[in-house]
Amino acid sequence: MSAAPTIRGRVAIAGIGETDYYKHGQAPESEMTLALRAILRACEDAGVDPRAVDGFASYSNDRNDPSRLAAALGLPELRFSNMQWGGGGGGGSAAVGNAAAAIAAGYADCVVVFRALAQGQFQRFGAAPPATTASGEAALTFPYGLISPAQRFAMRVMRFMHDHGIRPEAPRAIALASYHHAQANPRAVMHGRPLTPEAYDASRWIVEPFRLFDCCLENDGAAALLLVAAERARDLRSRPAYLLGVAQGSEYRNAARGHNAPTYASASFTTVAPRLYAMAGLASKDIDVVQSYENFTGGVLMSLVEHDFFAADEANDFLSLDNLTAPGGRLPLNTSGGNLAECYMHGLELQIEAVRQLRGESASQVPGARTAMVISGPMVTPVSSMILGGEGML
Amino acid sequence: MSATVSYLPAGLPSPVPEADGLDAPYWEGTRRGELRVQRCRACQGWQWGPEWICHRCLAFDLAWTAVAPHGRIYSWERAWHPVHPALRGHGPYLVVLVELPHAGGVRMVGNLLGDPMQTVDIGAAVEAVFEPHDEATPPFTLVQWRRTP
Repeated sequence: MSAAPTIRGRVAIAGIGETDYYKHGQAPESEMTLALRAILRACEDAGVDPRAVDGFASYSNDRNDPSRLAAALGLPELRFSNMQWGGGGGGGSAAVGNAAAAIAAGYADCVVVFRALAQGQFQRFGAAPPATTASGEAALTFPYGLISPAQRFAMRVMRFMHDHGIRPEAPRAIALASYHHAQANPRAVMHGRPLTPEAYDASRWIVEPFRLFDCCLENDGAAALLLVAAERARDLRSRPAYLLGVAQGSEYRNAARGHNAPTYASASFTTVAPRLYAMAGLASKDIDVVQSYENFTGGVLMSLVEHDFFAADEANDFLSLDNLTAPGGRLPLNTSGGNLAECYMHGLELQIEAVRQLRGESASQVPGARTAMVISGPMVTPVSSMILGGEGML
Repeated sequence: MSATVSYLPAGLPSPVPEADGLDAPYWEGTRRGELRVQRCRACQGWQWGPEWICHRCLAFDLAWTAVAPHGRIYSWERAWHPVHPALRGHGPYLVVLVELPHAGGVRMVGNLLGDPMQTVDIGAAVEAVFEPHDEATPPFTLVQWRRTP
């Protein structure tokens, strides 16, 4: 009989690619062009002929269909195409897991995970869709002015903060860490625009408990990862980042309509995170750096609790700028600036930053980082998270 | 019939029953001033939001049961940024999530009537206020909440 089913160490991210990042609506090229450029850069980074790509995986209903991409790129054969169900950034790590599973299973050999956004060319996330009626889940919320993602998640965070006595300084530290790291990252949209605690405190409410700086950006751009089998990755141009673990899902009845999830004050990782650690054979103390999807800072806070970095009742003490920043913090967080201050590439820029950390190439490098976690899409369902490691972790 | 006095400005999306009819009994109930949620005829379990099957016993036999229109605040938010054109210039408003302990703890989303800057206490008792929109096409009635005196 074979060993316990796992893809630990069997697949690696061999190439990373991204476009320049733009404010939403300001991309000078079509969304499809952005996607193609990111994919070609990931191939170039790995030193892989683009015609060797034989699969695609994405999430959040990316508009750039794999068959069209394969035709546009002149691929000899498309062997795997996969869309992770669910909205927001919850599928970012799951898409990597799906691609890795395809490689491990032999469905395909060289799979690209990508996400492209040019919101100016389409509907914007943070604004209400232009409909005069609402049905289903939306009928229970839209007529009450509960419409946008920020409004959808604020009550989860409000309840969590109430239950655990979380002070405003805790989510503030998460925002400050992202802006701090963005100042070292020339790619970041907020490079050159530092954030002070005073500016945070003076910023306007979007929806309590979220101020302006608790909310992600909305950007245009594209990002791509190229995955191959681990043994093949060792022969390629860039240092491989091995997938040590990945998990997706959500807890019991998370999607019960009208805000009826039994585990309401949650980032949706209470069952996912233990499975992630079990697959990787690691614990939170083994993680050197974390990239945690910020739709809203309160979601990051709950994600870190659910991944066992600190207890909810310790959040006020743990979440300080010193603890969250590279190189010396206890838990360096969102070291590129993340969704708040680098770019909102629906979180896939977080996977790229995790790879950079393991290569030793981050603008805010954690010295000797051997493991990097990515947490994708708090408070939606399904969510996902993953752990990457360098050669020494195999 | 009195003119509609609504908490939020006109122009937000109107609720309409789903095309498959799943939640039509709920919206019909609010028109009559009834707050109805699903209750399984087989296991007597409560369920909300609506679904075609009981999540406890998997029976396809769900009744629509009127419940006493009161509860307690489970969570809340004060919205400031106008995400819809109808809300521009309106100012902040309160959204509450209300738990109904006498109906299995199901929760309802609504607005908390009164001063939008009032202090909101999780756990506070509230009662439903039916807010008819008779002039809408089709007409509908929202379920709002106010602090129990």
